[in-house]
Formats: sequence, C-alpha cells, structure tokens
Amino acid sequence: MSENGDWYIVSAIVENKPGVLFRITNLFRARNFNIESITVGITEQPDLSRMTITTKSDERIVEQLVKQLRKLIDVVEVRVLDTDKSVFRELALIKMKAVDPTTRSEIMNYASVFRGNIIDIGKETMTVEITGTPDKIDAFKNLVEQYGITQLARTGVSALPRGVD
Amino acid sequence: MVEMTGAKSLIHALEKEGVDVVFGLPGGANLPIYDALVGANLRHILVRHEQSAAHMADGYARIKRKSGVCFATSGPGATNIVTGLATAHADSIPMVAVTGQVPLAMIGKDAFQETDIIGISNPCTKYAFQPRVAGEIPEVVKKAFYISESGRPGPVLIDIPKDVQQATADMHFPDLIKVRGYNPATDADMSEVGRAVELLLKAERPIIMAGGGVILSGAFAELQSLAELMMIPVVTTFKGKGAFPENHPLAMGPIGMHGHPEANKIIIEADCILAVGARFSDRSVGRFDEFGKGMNIIHMDIDPAEIGKNKSVDVAIVGDVKSSLRTLVKMLSKKIVKREADNPWLKRRKEIIQYYQESLKDYPRDVTAKKSLKKLREILPANGIVTTEVGQCQMWASLHFDVISPGTFFSSTGLGTMGFGFPASIGAKAARPQVPVVDIAGDGSFNMTENSLAVSVLEKLPVIVFLMNNYMLGMVAQWQRTFYNRRYSGVHQHQCPDYVKIAEAYGAQGIRTQSMEELEKAIKTAIKSDVATVIDIPIDPDEDVYPFVAPGTGLKDMITGA
Repeated sequence: MSENGDWYIVSAIVENKPGVLFRITNLFRARNFNIESITVGITEQPDLSRMTITTKSDERIVEQLVKQLRKLIDVVEVRVLDTDKSVFRELALIKMKAVDPTTRSEIMNYASVFRGNIIDIGKETMTVEITGTPDKIDAFKNLVEQYGITQLARTGVSALPRGVD
Repeated sequence: MVEMTGAKSLIHALEKEGVDVVFGLPGGANLPIYDALVGANLRHILVRHEQSAAHMADGYARIKRKSGVCFATSGPGATNIVTGLATAHADSIPMVAVTGQVPLAMIGKDAFQETDIIGISNPCTKYAFQPRVAGEIPEVVKKAFYISESGRPGPVLIDIPKDVQQATADMHFPDLIKVRGYNPATDADMSEVGRAVELLLKAERPIIMAGGGVILSGAFAELQSLAELMMIPVVTTFKGKGAFPENHPLAMGPIGMHGHPEANKIIIEADCILAVGARFSDRSVGRFDEFGKGMNIIHMDIDPAEIGKNKSVDVAIVGDVKSSLRTLVKMLSKKIVKREADNPWLKRRKEIIQYYQESLKDYPRDVTAKKSLKKLREILPANGIVTTEVGQCQMWASLHFDVISPGTFFSSTGLGTMGFGFPASIGAKAARPQVPVVDIAGDGSFNMTENSLAVSVLEKLPVIVFLMNNYMLGMVAQWQRTFYNRRYSGVHQHQCPDYVKIAEAYGAQGIRTQSMEELEKAIKTAIKSDVATVIDIPIDPDEDVYPFVAPGTGLKDMITGA
C-alpha cells in the first residue's frame, strides 16, 4: 500500500469477547491492509465494543477492508465515517526534557495554548497530556521536539458520527 | 432440559443436525467424545491420518451439499487437520471439525499435546468456537452448522477442552439460532438484475463464466435455461467444471492456466461476461489487468466481498446464484423468446473449436493421459463421481475428462492440495455409495494419503484410483523442463513403490495396465469390484500438459504445445 492516499476512519461495532481483536488484526495482516491506528473499548452496551480504525489508503482498498470486516462473524456493524460529519479525538502523553525554568515555562505556555495539561513534573522532565485530532497532536509534537521528547504514547483515534445517527 | 455430559451433548447435537457419518481419529484429549460415540446413531469412520479425515469430510460435503464432519484430538491431531480446513476454506466447502483440547486449567501452560488450534486455524476457517462450559455445546453446534452451510459456505472449528467434554450440565438443544453480526446475503438487488438484462440483450458476443458457486448452490438447471434462452456459450472456471454439462452444444469447458484452448480463446473475444459464482482467481483469468478489458462484466456472487476484490465490474448482483439466475431468466424471458442460434458469434464459436481440434497434436504414445481419460469417460456411467489429485493428473482431468452430469466432479482447485483426491473420493463414496467413484490420480499426490486404502477396504467404500503413473512429480518436472532448462531437481520417484503390491497389502485390488485394451478391461473390473481398485497406468514421464498459460501472462498468451 502506498504511503500516500487519503485518511479514512472506519468505525466497527464488534462482539465484546475474547479473540475478537485477534481475528480482526489477523485479517488485516493476512490481506495486507495497512492500518495506522486501532482503538477498542466497550460501548453503551457492555456486550459490544467499538473499534475505530484509521488508515491512509484509497477508496477501493477501504471498500475491500470494510467488506472483509463485515464478513467476520463477530463484527456486527462497519462503516466508513465521513470526517466532516463526525467527531474524532486522539489522546497523547508526551514526556520531554525540561530542566531550566525558561524551558518549563515555555512548555507550560504551549500546553495551555493547545489546551493540554501538565500531568507530571520530574527533576528533569515534564509530561503533557494533549487531546485532539491527530493533526493537532502532530503540531504540538513538532513544536516541543526542540526540547527533546524522551517518551511518547498515543492512543490512536476514537470517533463517533455527529448528531442523531 | 436434559442432564448429560458435554461429550454426549455434542453427539446428540450432531444427530439432531442429521449427521450420519463422522470421519476421525481418537486421542487423549477427545477420549470422552469417543466414549460418547459408543451406541450413537451415527457412523464413525476411523482414518489413518487426521488430514484424510478432513478431506473425507470435504468430499462427503461436496456430494451431499451439507457439512461434512471430522474429529481429531488436540495438538498434532488438530494441526494435522489444518491442511484439510485450508482446502475446504479455499473452495468454500461446508465442514464442521471438532477437536479435543487440553483441560481449561492447562490452556496456556504448554501442556502435553496442547496447541492453539483456534489461533492456527483462524485464517482458514469461517469461524471457530471454544466452548468454556458444557452447557454451551448444543448451541455452539447449532451455530457451527448454520455458519458453515449458509451464505458462502466454509469450515467451522469447535475446539472442546477435555474437562468441558466431561462436565455435566442441563442441556437445551435449540431448533433455531440467530448469530448477531452474521447476515448472509440472500435476495438479489432488482435494479442490478435489470441492468444485467440490458447488457445481455445488447451484447453481441456474450459469454457465461460459471464458477464453483453454481455447484455449491445447485443452480444447474437455472444456468442451463439461461444459456439456452440467450444461446450464450458457457465456459467455466476449474472449480466450476461440471456446473454445465460438458457435452452440451454451448459448453466450452474450463478457462485458465490449463483451461481448454477454445475456452481461453473465446472468452477474450467476448464483449460481455456474465460471471456466476466465480471469484476471478489468478489461476482462471491470468492477469487481472488484462482480463475482461473493454468488456462489460456482470458479476453474480453470494459474497459481497468478492465484488471488486480482483476485478472491477459493471454490474454486481449479490445473492445466492440459484435465485439470482432464476430472477434473471424470468426478466429476460419477458423480453425475448429465444435468441437465434444462427448468429455470427455462435459461428465464430464453431470456428474456434474446429481450429483447435485440427491444430492440437496428441502426444505420440500408445497409452497417454489423454487417451486414458477419454477411455474412462467412455466406460464410466454419467452419474459416476470423479475427483482428482493435484498436479498434471488434475489438469489432464480438466482438459480431457468431460463431466456430463452436473455436480459429479470436484477437485482441490483453490488450495491445490496434493493427497486430497483419494480420501475425498472415499468421503464422496460414503455420501453416495450406489455410484462408482473415481480418483483421477498421479503417483506423487496419491503417495501422500495412500494409507487411506485401509479405510476404503475396511469400511467397504470401494473407490477407483485411476493412477496415471510417471513416477515423477510431473507438474514440477514440466515446469523445470519449461522454465529451468530441464534442470530436474527433486522430482524423481525412482519406480518406487510398486502400486499393485501397495494395493494388495491393504486387501485392495491392484491392476497394472500396459495397453488401452488392458486399461478398458481394468476399468470395467474396477467398477464391478467390491474392494478399492488401484489401476496403475504407466505413462511417459515426458508427457506435458498443454495448453498452458504461464504464470504472470494473460489468457491470450496461451502456449498450445512444446
């Protein structure tokens, strides 16, 4: 699959039981689908999970991905979300080097502009929690890279369609 | 509600599904299931290797058109059926495989004969269950049969830990089951059928390409009435071989790598292809980009994921092909009484057939694969069932053995499993004991599961192994001849073993033939025999399969001879 292509967000409702995540990721591997991120968590119905999959791809491949997912017995519903008509968020924890007071205050300023939170301060590091679209997180990451990012954790995108659906 | 052990509930649930035969082999982790088999109302056929159990269940399923069932123990027993599951999965064959598993508390501890069969079998099963309490078993069995047989069929695995087999529970046997998230498509979209009607009526050079879906749904009559109404020539995929009587005036035989030359030729001259229950495999169409270029393609299939997978199409009709074809014929009949047989396209069809009949030369020996298979067809009754091993024998069968009665031919077409044919023929014989069953075999492939001779003899399931023997891994040798400048590597079988003696050692009948007269006699003897017969037919190791579409090339690049 090419590096290029458009972003797609695929949302799937799946059975909340052991082995389901394995079946889905194994399908991606076996059929050569390249995915950027995948998040899973239970929904308003405890026996169902919502899985949000993001992929950079083209329409034909995404159509196949959706059809192959639908074939899985444990997958109850699959759809490609229209990015204009849905809300999507990702959470990132970014730990960076921050020793001198100037750096620390700069980071705090940046974090506040990006509506992030400082969630941990150590002798030599600060950790920022930031939530938003992947673009926003990328922007923040690029901004603070100058201080030296020591550790980074991103959750991948979670998404829901807007309004009554 | 009735109290019983998990193992008993499994057997009872199988009986309720109408299962009459189970193929399997016991071991430590499925002892409780084998104990529950004693006195059960189903026939257990003991195999000599679990792979063969799966292939027998497969052959049985293809003839009965319902799930075949096989049993294996945990660990190596379970891994041995994987080839059989993958074979059935590649050809969309309904099957329910039941494996024993180590007790629940031992799972994940690398216990003796423990293997993660759910994980291993994932890519080659339609679904897999592992009941954790005995009370789940009846519902799991019901779901397994439903999933395996509905929609696009496929194998389903039930992996039962030993303690779950032994535990007792109040069992409820459901009559109906729903699986949330599983809604196999059924009815065709009428507007798409309407577009198909338009394209077919307007087409000057239409062709039907019938795939395995026609056989799986038993849509033989519907296919034939469509072809006859519109006077459309019919090619098949290899899996679809026998979906349409090959002696019918509109039949062209299989396309593909070793397809009939006239079929490969006519399909590239068509202007509209109606693909019915076919998946445009590389083996059938050659190059995806070249195939069907500039033609209208109508695709009927039960599996929505097949639409656009390998080939973009103009019209897609998703649903069971039997009912889709019926709808299509009904709509076409309103517009046309019967298309004239006297048209340029059918004339062209005749020309193509005639051209290849005159130009293709036979391999110059007294006994050849082609002559042998023509002889077999001459003698075998039309309702006789034929399966094949894999390799040259399989491709010769595709080329030279005409299937007359639809649905009487099958082969491991998707996975290409050597060793498939013989056990599968035994499964087919168990499904339909009253007709002769023949395995068109080569020595390399027959070697792999020949110990099923014991099963054939002891279970009184006499099949015929039609062994075209060149003591070679012939297809590999042919490729080495063609693409590797005759540098043979790992293909010689060195006149070993003696197949007549092998047959006799198991109490079967072995006949070696040296001429066409002897072959004719042997076939007649074998059909009448009440034990399995191995007909050892020595053929020249240099006899190649032609025509041939080399991998990576298109159907137009077909090579017709050396």
